[in-house]
Amino acid sequence: MRAICFYFQVHQPFRLRNYHFFDIGKNHDYFDEFQNNYIINRVAEKCYLPTNQLMLDLIHEYGSSFKISYSISGTALDQFEMYAPKVLESFRQLAQSGCVEFISETYSHSLSALKSKTEFHNQIMAHRKRVKDLLGVETKTFRNTELIYSDVIGEMVAELGFSTMLTEGAKHVLGWKSPNYVYCNAINPKLKLLLKNFRLSDDIAFRFSQESWESWPLTTEKFVDWLNNIDQSEEVVNLFMDYETFGEHQWAETGIFNFMRALPGQVFSHSNFSFKTPHEVSTECQPVAAIHVPTPISWADEERDLTAWLGNDLQDDAFDNLYELKEKVRQIDDFQIQVDWRYLQTSDHFYYMCTKWFSDGDVHKYFNPYGTPYDAFINYMNVLSDFIIRVNNKYIEHQIVTKSEEKKPEKKNQKSIKTRQA
Amino acid sequence: MFGWEFPPHITGGLGTACLGLTKGLLNNDVEVIFVIPKVYGDETKEINLVNASDVRIDIHNKIHEDHWKNISYIEVDSILVPYSTPEQFYRILNEQQQCGEHTYENIYSLKYNFSGKYGENLMEEVARYALVATEIAQKQQFDVIHAHDWLTYPAAIAAKNASNKPLIVHVHATEFDRSGEHVNQNVYDIERRGMHEADKIITVSNFTRQIVIDRYNIHPDKVVTVHNAVDLYKNQKDSTQEKYVREKIVTFMGRVTFQKGPDYFVEAAYKVLQKDKNVRFVMAGSGDMLNKMIKRVAELRISKYFHFTGFLKGGDVNRMFAISDVYVMPSVSEPFGISPLEAMRSNVPVVISKQSGVSEVLHHALKVDFWDIDAMADSIYGLLHYNALSKMFISMGKSEVESLKWDNSAHRVKEIYLEVTANKEEL
Repeated sequence: MRAICFYFQVHQPFRLRNYHFFDIGKNHDYFDEFQNNYIINRVAEKCYLPTNQLMLDLIHEYGSSFKISYSISGTALDQFEMYAPKVLESFRQLAQSGCVEFISETYSHSLSALKSKTEFHNQIMAHRKRVKDLLGVETKTFRNTELIYSDVIGEMVAELGFSTMLTEGAKHVLGWKSPNYVYCNAINPKLKLLLKNFRLSDDIAFRFSQESWESWPLTTEKFVDWLNNIDQSEEVVNLFMDYETFGEHQWAETGIFNFMRALPGQVFSHSNFSFKTPHEVSTECQPVAAIHVPTPISWADEERDLTAWLGNDLQDDAFDNLYELKEKVRQIDDFQIQVDWRYLQTSDHFYYMCTKWFSDGDVHKYFNPYGTPYDAFINYMNVLSDFIIRVNNKYIEHQIVTKSEEKKPEKKNQKSIKTRQA
Repeated sequence: MFGWEFPPHITGGLGTACLGLTKGLLNNDVEVIFVIPKVYGDETKEINLVNASDVRIDIHNKIHEDHWKNISYIEVDSILVPYSTPEQFYRILNEQQQCGEHTYENIYSLKYNFSGKYGENLMEEVARYALVATEIAQKQQFDVIHAHDWLTYPAAIAAKNASNKPLIVHVHATEFDRSGEHVNQNVYDIERRGMHEADKIITVSNFTRQIVIDRYNIHPDKVVTVHNAVDLYKNQKDSTQEKYVREKIVTFMGRVTFQKGPDYFVEAAYKVLQKDKNVRFVMAGSGDMLNKMIKRVAELRISKYFHFTGFLKGGDVNRMFAISDVYVMPSVSEPFGISPLEAMRSNVPVVISKQSGVSEVLHHALKVDFWDIDAMADSIYGLLHYNALSKMFISMGKSEVESLKWDNSAHRVKEIYLEVTANKEEL
């Protein structure tokens, strides 16, 4: 039996407040609490709460035959806890249903995989613990920020014991191959890869309400027809998308909720597809081949590469300045610095500095709280400048403490020698 | 006297200079009738000005009320807006509302300003101002007509024709400062005509005097330099201002446009940072080159040490001076340039370009060619590291600035008045 594998990304960054040059060295409060609170609650009302309820209803209706999966970034979890505990509660209910798989990612939805293996691993472990604590489930599958993947990143993920990873079925990587099979990592074949079927996924996530699209309006009948047109030998259709598709990117008025509500029934009655979680797909299907991805891919924009976050001078300079701090931050045992360090790594900050305004400009603008990438850069650099000062100050303190600790045992030794002599 | 703007509603150094000069003239026992077009409706509230055109009224400035006993302030009802696009207009209007009386924006320095649709309207307004001037000239009693910059020249010429009194035009900036070699022909023609009709031309620096002589074909004898000065009572150093960063701060403040040379500041910063990472550079201001500067700073990988504040409002300007260790004005072409004087008054040593009028009056400032980024970097580095140098510049600079009084400049202007009226009587 062939499977549909639904995966939803739930993510919210900690947006920065307007941080002025005069704040540097003085004000260490970086995040816009009002705006973050407001956005979380707005999206909760429009998307998270109603969609979670919809999914719970479907699970009640179809029992264990309806299955889905989520990854919720650590920054989103933190903000749910702070601003919208109801959302957390409804995810808990989904977790308890047994029909939902929760997936690991980096805590702060960061690009750490590109810079530091240690930081990457630390963040995954921190996120895993947070999911366990808040939702009571163990994660088995991994997906990296924005589905960013390369052979090397896959290898690092396999090292942590994950057997499955999700990524984009990028055309330039797959070539003639179909995304509707399970593949494996080129370096460590034990890591199985599920590839996003971007055509069918984007039909829902991006084109659903696009009236200029020839297939508009999208109905479940049409969608299931397309599924049935897929070659019978192909095993899995991976529908990966932002969870905010429901109610936020596609408003309720577009009929997106009705579509989702009707889809499982249509699938069961008119096709031989079933719903499975990524972990189930990966356990049941054998990889057909290794996929070679020497340079990182992502699910963003036409190019499916990293240029939404990195590549222009603003992004690269900010990114390098941030990760220059990683050794110092690791050595400093300071809670607030660790928290800020994580939140400042969130990929969205670099996304706001993107200067590509072509085919995907609209998408970029939609998510951008800043007027221009230059404003985003200045604000981020002002915050980072303050953070650098704090890290350096703490680091000096830390070194003084370690040095004095190193000296102490020597004194003790001398004393003990003396006592022995005595 | 015909002006374009008057404090507190000013967009640039012109209004401040007019205020300083007018007060200096009052102190020199010269009676002044100051005519300005009405630009902003809220002007009246702040300076207690009755809102009517063609009415002669006294200004009641609360602090300097006695200074104003001899001055008349005449308002001309007009919609003069010297900006080329609505966006630019709103931007500057916003800035003005934020900045109160202190700003480095200069309406005359906007590049390629007076072209296109608004340019046509502007010319109409300038002409209309001239019509009103005729009427004013017939009603008022005066001995000399004194016009500040090109927008007022047609009005001043009309007043001269109506009254047959001597005309002095005061050049604060020329079209060549504002637009480089790409001058607006209409503006140039008005400037040229004003200068030729004038009995005497006052320029704010020898730098500008030379431009007037060379570019407008004026006989050198007719052009006199009277340097600007600064007011002593405002912008006192805020000594309580705390600095929260350890590093020394090097500041550029002004419009981020071609004329002000911000790109040379960035390149010099890069050179200094290669030798010394213990410095922060600040570019305070906005303008059409800002994004380019941000990009360049990121490209040079110095954004950790180079900060952008955007346009600074009144209080923040003093704050910025208070935490600065060096002030740099790398202007490509600056008729005068009052900001280094304000920096020096706040005990900040300055590096200024030789292509500025202010460099003619300052001895205790490091002067470099705007394009010479090596010399600029050397000067910045020297002021940061050699305490003897910066200490000397701070103490000498301050007394130097304090000696640049408007009363002295006004005295020179009064001499010119007496000269032209005497000549007129001889005829």
